[in-house]
Amino acid sequence: MNVAVAKTGKGRAVSDLFTSAEGRLPGSPSVIAVRREAFETYERLGLPHRRIEEWKYTDLRALVGEVLPLSAAPDAAALKRAADAVKVHAIAGARKLVLVDGVFASDLSDVKALASEVGFGTLREALEKDADLLKTASTDAVIALNAAMATDGVVLSIADGTQLSAPIQIIHLATAASASAFTRSRVMVGKGARATIIESFVAVGAKAYQVNDAVVLSIGDNADVAHIRLMDDAPDAVNISSHFVTVGANTKLNFFNMTTGAAVSRLQGFITLAGEGSELSANGVNLLQKTEHGDTTLVVDHAVPNCVSREVFRAVLDDRAHSVFQGRIIVRPDAQKTDGKMMIRALLLSDEAEADNKPELEIFADDVSCGHGATAGALDDSLLFYLKARGLPEKQAQALLIQAFVGEAIEQIADDGLREHVIGIAERWLERRQ
Amino acid sequence: MALLEVKDLKVRVEEREILHGLNLTVNEGEIHAIMGPNGSGKSTLSHVIAGKPGYEVTDGQILFKGEDLLEMAPEERAAKGVFLAFQYPVEIPGVATMTFLRTALNAQRKARGESEYSTPDFLKKVREVSKSLNIPQDMLKRGVNVGFSGGEKKRNEVLQMALFEPSLCILDEMDSGLDIDALRIAADGVNALHSPKRAMVVITHYQRLLNYIVPDIVHVMSKGRVVKSGGKELALELEASGYAQFEDAA
Ligand SMILES: Nc1ncnc2c1ncn2[C@@H]1O[C@H](COP(=O)(O)OP(=O)(O)O)[C@@H](O)[C@H]1O
Ligand SMILES: [Mg+2]
Repeated sequence: MNVAVAKTGKGRAVSDLFTSAEGRLPGSPSVIAVRREAFETYERLGLPHRRIEEWKYTDLRALVGEVLPLSAAPDAAALKRAADAVKVHAIAGARKLVLVDGVFASDLSDVKALASEVGFGTLREALEKDADLLKTASTDAVIALNAAMATDGVVLSIADGTQLSAPIQIIHLATAASASAFTRSRVMVGKGARATIIESFVAVGAKAYQVNDAVVLSIGDNADVAHIRLMDDAPDAVNISSHFVTVGANTKLNFFNMTTGAAVSRLQGFITLAGEGSELSANGVNLLQKTEHGDTTLVVDHAVPNCVSREVFRAVLDDRAHSVFQGRIIVRPDAQKTDGKMMIRALLLSDEAEADNKPELEIFADDVSCGHGATAGALDDSLLFYLKARGLPEKQAQALLIQAFVGEAIEQIADDGLREHVIGIAERWLERRQ
Repeated sequence: MALLEVKDLKVRVEEREILHGLNLTVNEGEIHAIMGPNGSGKSTLSHVIAGKPGYEVTDGQILFKGEDLLEMAPEERAAKGVFLAFQYPVEIPGVATMTFLRTALNAQRKARGESEYSTPDFLKKVREVSKSLNIPQDMLKRGVNVGFSGGEKKRNEVLQMALFEPSLCILDEMDSGLDIDALRIAADGVNALHSPKRAMVVITHYQRLLNYIVPDIVHVMSKGRVVKSGGKELALELEASGYAQFEDAA
């Protein structure tokens, strides 16, 4: 009896989420119809839980419970605080696109400089014409929820042959506590183009908020793209992000994800190598402490022959932190000469920390070279002792070894400046531990 | 006051007693050799002095400059001037030798309340010492001991000894795995560090090393005890007659 009542209660709250937000969700009538359908999908599925295979280790029903109501648009005071935060988190030389509580903030963004090289618009504007922006080939509940609720995002079109003179940094700022922001961005990189896209997620004093972001990135042939994601949301926040990436032929994609924040986070990436001769380097580091739960789920789909994929992921887990890495490499029947490797390592700094590593190969072609490895363990005592015998205190000796450990993933970042930036993030995390 | 005093030291590893009441006194400026067959407890003694975990001291004392060494963490011992050149230096991938050297040196100086070395001073010092030890600069950019030959690892230990300027240097089987040229370079490095204020304890299985580093006092260890001490002629005697006589005595 009690159970039934509870279910009804929750079901009603779920519908409220949409109906109370509907008036503020941008889009033409056809877009609203798409949203309503997406929301019905979400309502039917509910938050993912452990009996859904893809979410086995990240049970959002248990970890998050409920989706918070849509955040109000930021007021002048919030925008003022956001402006100060942008100064701190902007990467030198990058052109900023700032979203505050899920709403694009043009005054804080470098639209003019950007527009000289790139076709730019907001999702809000684009939804007046194009309902397809909310569609993805996914049956995942959190992605359906994103489609239903997305308030804004950036739509970037980098024309064929464009060599971006500066990186683009999309900064997501949270100023509103106990509310949700839903964002979705679309990035198109043309043939022969060269671009660096950085995403940053940070809190501006806000607590206990939720982020649900989606990025749809398509890259043409002969392109060269660096994509760096830096997620440092508030320690009690939730961040669920989904990437849909399609890579053309003879293209290089260098992706890196750094997780240093949020109580519960998941980055799920679906990367399809759709053109021959391309190279994907997808890497990341999760630095987790206290009871943080960080999940990286990556599906790399070799749909055509002759592509290379390399994945190097490292997790460092202190206290009772929990890290999940699920990596699947799919090699389609035609995708001969695929070369795919994935190496996952978790470092447990505490007996109570937990790492779930799940590498999977689904190989349907016969002439391929694929491999994976996954390990979890503590720091090597003999190395620690060597350093201590040379005068390093315990925490400092640990820090040096941890830096070396995460360095194996960070060194995959092709750009020198961004690599140094990420090393700095790791160093500051370690300093806070001391 | 003696620099190092080991008094009646008894040590267990995993429920088994390895050192059964060992005595050793080392004064400033002295060079001691500890010789003994494999398994006699030489490395165990060096590890306990350096503070390696996993050893249970059940009896006895180790005093360093009159202070109770066993009460100190390994890093405190290092900062106070204890240095162990390991028999098997570990490889630390991803930690550049240069970063390691600077971090360690500054940690020791900080613990002693001294100011950190400036980067130019540090670089100058490393360059000087590494040159005298025939250590190429590109080796210092690599991970600590990663891909180093046996001889390079030992020279890297001597390099650290020269940088950290300890007052007690314990060299555990510095000669193992070294050919004669490598041995000479390492031994020259050690001899250059010898001073009236600094003592050396050279642990070795073979007399060979003692042709290069000439000891004041030689101790013979067998089955967890020092069973005989004498002048450098004792080493030659051992070379001629072997350890068997002492194994019976122990
Ligand atoms: N970690 C350990 N666990 C168990 N036995 C050990 C350990 N370390 C040393 N021993 C034992 O202690 C004895 C002395 O070893 P060691 O100090 O390495 O001798 P030496 O350096 O003189 O060759 C040997 O019998 C060895 O097997
Ligand atoms: Mg030994």
